[in-house]
Amino acid sequence: MIRKTPELAERSNMRQLFKMVLAGCLAGSLMTGAAMAAADGKSEAVTPTSKDHPLEEIWSGYHFAKKGTKETQDNEFDNPGNLWLEQGMELWSKVDGDEKKSCQSCHNDAAKSMKGVGTRYPIFFPPWKKLINLEQRINLCRTKQMKAKAYKWKSNELLGLTIFVSRQSLGMPAAVVLDDKTKPFWEKGKAHYYKRRGQLDMSCAHCHQANYGKKIRSNTLTQGQANGFPTYRLKWGKPGSIQRRFKGCNKQVRAKPYKMGSDEYVNLEHYVRWRGQGLPIETPSVRP
Amino acid sequence: MKAIKTGLSLLMLAGLTIVASQTAFAAEAAMMKLEISDGPAIKSIKKSLTGKTGDPAKGENMMANRKKGNCFACHVISSLAKKAAKNPKKYSDMGDIGPPLDGVAGRYTEGELRALLVNAKLAFPDTIMPGFYRTKGFTRVKGKFKGKTVLKAQEVEDILSLLVTFK
Ligand code: HEC
Ligand code: HEC
Repeated sequence: MIRKTPELAERSNMRQLFKMVLAGCLAGSLMTGAAMAAADGKSEAVTPTSKDHPLEEIWSGYHFAKKGTKETQDNEFDNPGNLWLEQGMELWSKVDGDEKKSCQSCHNDAAKSMKGVGTRYPIFFPPWKKLINLEQRINLCRTKQMKAKAYKWKSNELLGLTIFVSRQSLGMPAAVVLDDKTKPFWEKGKAHYYKRRGQLDMSCAHCHQANYGKKIRSNTLTQGQANGFPTYRLKWGKPGSIQRRFKGCNKQVRAKPYKMGSDEYVNLEHYVRWRGQGLPIETPSVRP
Repeated sequence: MKAIKTGLSLLMLAGLTIVASQTAFAAEAAMMKLEISDGPAIKSIKKSLTGKTGDPAKGENMMANRKKGNCFACHVISSLAKKAAKNPKKYSDMGDIGPPLDGVAGRYTEGELRALLVNAKLAFPDTIMPGFYRTKGFTRVKGKFKGKTVLKAQEVEDILSLLVTFK
């Protein structure tokens, strides 16, 4: 059966943490700090709020990364993803398209108007009668509101803007909506997640639920969480979208991937983000 | 052991499917008659998939090769791990998803090991371990791998000839 319980290693980590808290308590110091620090999936696991959540503990990919990678992510000057963040910031106010508008023309201050957006997407979008994810929303604003060209999925522009918009939710807990409208799409994403695929015949759950924390050759498996996307991946040498990651994971098991922005992947994104409920938005994260 | 027992009895059916699905590989199929018999304890594939014995040196390469068996992705094999100092690219970075394969020949017969390599799912239905010699029942296999087994019959035998030395 697919394992529900956390890694033994994680357990001992937790025990370690617990001991530290206890020690702090006994010493009568540090207590408030340790007890009040919110679970963030980085140093402490997040507990799922949804009933029937498949994981007992939710961990960000950050938790499994090497020390140096973590430091690169945390350091404002070292994080290479910040180059794209800056580019996104510039694009936010850049006029483009036949309507001679920028994002700012409609949304003003991103720090206010875009706050929380990165925690919610993909959302149900009535005109499409299906889900829309953040990259698609940005491109829709361009084509409909600005009468400008849609950006390509792997373009620096789309990555930059997606990072910039998500960044306005930095540290906020991931919280996609699961309700009557989104449920049918969530169900499809879930089915995708548990389906064995490709010649190697593995599902997402085989790697990211049953075996997270373990090593598969030279990689340490994480829970495959989405809270850091678009992520700066050292292997890619640039940031990539969650949909690009899905393609890579499909290909790893010798399965035919879907197109970025396909219904399959947008539904999968919704489901994967639901699995990461409560994790802090970390965009742009740095991952091996 | 119970799970393995029921699992491997299914292999009888699977064996037939495999033979039937191999028409594209006529030459190999002709050689390959999976004769499955009731062993004293559990079902197994007793006969070589090719009629020939394997070459353990080739088997070792197959186990290390990331595009072939890639057994090291999930299994530690202590005797081979020792070679990591000499050839880190090939022998280091053994994963820990599956159990170490040290002593595996003491736990299973050759026939049982062959069955595990052909399709581990028949013994462990939920396993992450790929089936190395099957072509059916997959979803959305990428173009160039369609209709093909992960390993060729002789490659399975090569790996097996090494596995049986892990006593
Ligand atoms: C053969 C094992 C395997 C399978 C199957 C697999 N992945 Fe992955 N995945 C990896 C590895 C290895 C990485 C890189 C290390 C890590 O983050 O786990 C990764 C990374 C990820 C990440 C990035 C996590 C981060 O913090 O940056 C996501 C998201 C992801 N996978 C989702 C999926 C989904 C969805 C599926 C199924 C469609 C899937 N994976 C199937 C091995 C796998
Ligand atoms: C993606 C992971 C993975 C790969 C690759 C893999 N295995 Fe396994 N293997 C497992 C797991 C996990 C088990 C334990 C069965 C279970 O509970 O799923 C296992 C079990 C076994 C067993 C039985 C061991 C025992 O003590 O019960 C043998 C033998 C074995 N594998 C051999 C191999 C060989 C040889 C290869 C390469 C040709 C290989 N495996 C590739 C994951 C893998």
